[in-house]
Amino acid sequence: MRSAEALTAPDPNRLLEVRGVKKYFPITKGFLKRTVGYVRAVDDVDMYINKGETLALVGESGCGKTTLGRCVLQAIKPTAGEVYFTTRKDERVDLTTLPYDRLRVVRRDMQMIFQDPYASLNPRMTTLNIIAEPLVCHRLMSGSRLRGYVRELMETVGLNPHHLERYPHAFSGGQRQRIGIARALATQPRFLVCDEAVSALDVSVQAQILNLLMDLQEKMNLSYLFISHDLGVVSHISDRVGVMYVGHIVELADTAALFDRPMHPYTKALLSAKPVADPRRKSHRIMLEGEVANPSKLPPGCPFHPRCREAAAECGERKPEWREAEPGHYIACHRA
Amino acid sequence: MPGKDDDSVILEMRETRVRFKMDAGLLKAVDGVSLSLRKGATLGIVGESGCGKSVTAGAVFRTLPSYAEVGGDILLYEKDGKRLDEPINIAKLNPTGPEIRGIRGGNIAMVFQEPMKAFSPIHTVGNQIIEAIRLHVEPDEGKARRIAIDTLGLVGISSPEQRIDEYPHQLSGGMRQRAMIAMALSCKPAILIADEPTTALDVTVQAQVLDLINKLKAEINTSVIYITHDLGVIAETSDEVAVMYLGKVVEYCAVDALFHDPRHPYTRALLRSIPTADKRRKGRFDSIRGTVPYPMNLPERCGFFDRCDLAEEGLCGRSAAPMVEAAPGHFARCFKVEPYAAKEVV
Repeated sequence: MRSAEALTAPDPNRLLEVRGVKKYFPITKGFLKRTVGYVRAVDDVDMYINKGETLALVGESGCGKTTLGRCVLQAIKPTAGEVYFTTRKDERVDLTTLPYDRLRVVRRDMQMIFQDPYASLNPRMTTLNIIAEPLVCHRLMSGSRLRGYVRELMETVGLNPHHLERYPHAFSGGQRQRIGIARALATQPRFLVCDEAVSALDVSVQAQILNLLMDLQEKMNLSYLFISHDLGVVSHISDRVGVMYVGHIVELADTAALFDRPMHPYTKALLSAKPVADPRRKSHRIMLEGEVANPSKLPPGCPFHPRCREAAAECGERKPEWREAEPGHYIACHRA
Repeated sequence: MPGKDDDSVILEMRETRVRFKMDAGLLKAVDGVSLSLRKGATLGIVGESGCGKSVTAGAVFRTLPSYAEVGGDILLYEKDGKRLDEPINIAKLNPTGPEIRGIRGGNIAMVFQEPMKAFSPIHTVGNQIIEAIRLHVEPDEGKARRIAIDTLGLVGISSPEQRIDEYPHQLSGGMRQRAMIAMALSCKPAILIADEPTTALDVTVQAQVLDLINKLKAEINTSVIYITHDLGVIAETSDEVAVMYLGKVVEYCAVDALFHDPRHPYTRALLRSIPTADKRRKGRFDSIRGTVPYPMNLPERCGFFDRCDLAEEGLCGRSAAPMVEAAPGHFARCFKVEPYAAKEVV
């Protein structure tokens, strides 16, 4: 199911390209850890991210968006597929086959911002040590130069540089998330995976952090893979959006096209499910029956067909192809 | 406050306070909250984390830890379907005594945010629901089981005869929340307190649960106190809304007025800062500067002072803001809001 677009010559604007990535987690049983099945967390995903662009991945819990983000960074090795990344020397490398010593160098360019600002910072390290750790690991800086640089980073993300020696517990949730962002920026990366980076924050603070992420993107020409379940946030921050359902991207398009003209029945249901902050607006909600499919026992054909209102006979027989329905608007559905 | 002597009011809070005695000082979690809940209506309480919305619910349900001091009045006007001549003051009851135990679960029921924590993992869902029914409604075990199965069916759980004997971990998140709602509704309570019942759920499941609560409310004529941080959920569920900030109600009005004519600067800022798909544009968000202060040893002034664009040093920084009736039935706690009566005089 390679789309035509993926087979053409590499685009110079392209920073990252994911082709046919799969991640199957084995289910083992008994004393001998016999493999009795697989959880198909990510099942044959194609996508790309351009330089300076934000691609959002949305979907419900368990749809594989976090696993995909981790596969991209090689934090977990994908079972199959290729992940091409353009390094700062403009070399196009496949991260899945890159030897470890070279991967380590490329990793300076790719960092991650985590969801929980309480769990992702070591409570026994000072802010200085937390933010400096990537620099120390990559042996990029040390001593007073490092200290000065960490101060600068703290200012960049809106923290008071006098709080260098404080421990995480002394900061609020929003401030901790700023520490996490400063740490991610320390190696001057070009690509950040933001995994539910604002989900744990209150709306008023969430807006501050989103503004910060957008300012940094402009200043440093960063690309984001923005993983979120919040369609409102995604509609503001991203250039393009991919919708995931049990390990598959079912629709991917420009933000405006996806929100104004969704094609996949699942996207339509997802968009209609979000409560609107206006009591005068009557909701035209598409209620989904039943439950999300079990990724270890996927139904044959389209994974969404048991819950789909538009499902026909072929949906239960054949897996829909990943195709470009309109320029830049990709979809996997027989019926759209 | 709306409907003080109105007999449609079923529960009324008057200057309710909750204080926690801590080593570092006195934490005012709920600081003089006055609200009323009408029969069959939904009162939404919305605010950011730490504003005291869940503690308010805990005060009504009397499930706060023993070091919490509950003050003011919480008046219950109806018990077991009958209007009381003299209201029961829940705030004055012994939190472990027999009176509150008669009310809790039977007349007032609660749905919690995390059903995995609210259910006991070592008893089946059915046994936990049956226990509540036998305590309040039907002592006969067989009949109680029948009621439990019916209620599970009512909340949309498929094959309830089987599901009733399953343990909470065997149900999915959405199913567990439905079972939790079934447990709360099994005794047909007059008041249902729902504390962030859909926050841990995905949007499509949230949609199912919201739909369910609205449908059941109409069927059983239950009054609901709906606590959430999500203004979208408030718009879909509530009739009246209280916005809380630092333990105080800062705005209290009908749901339509809150979204179309908000008066308090905090409510306005909060509404602007929600990212919604309709006002989409790639660009900056209107955020509120700073963060919510820690509610301990705070100076006597408007709680929103540091973050407010309208704040005036000599006025808002000197004393706590009064509650002003900005329009009939529309209250806002702000110096800068004009009372509506004054306008009519001019």
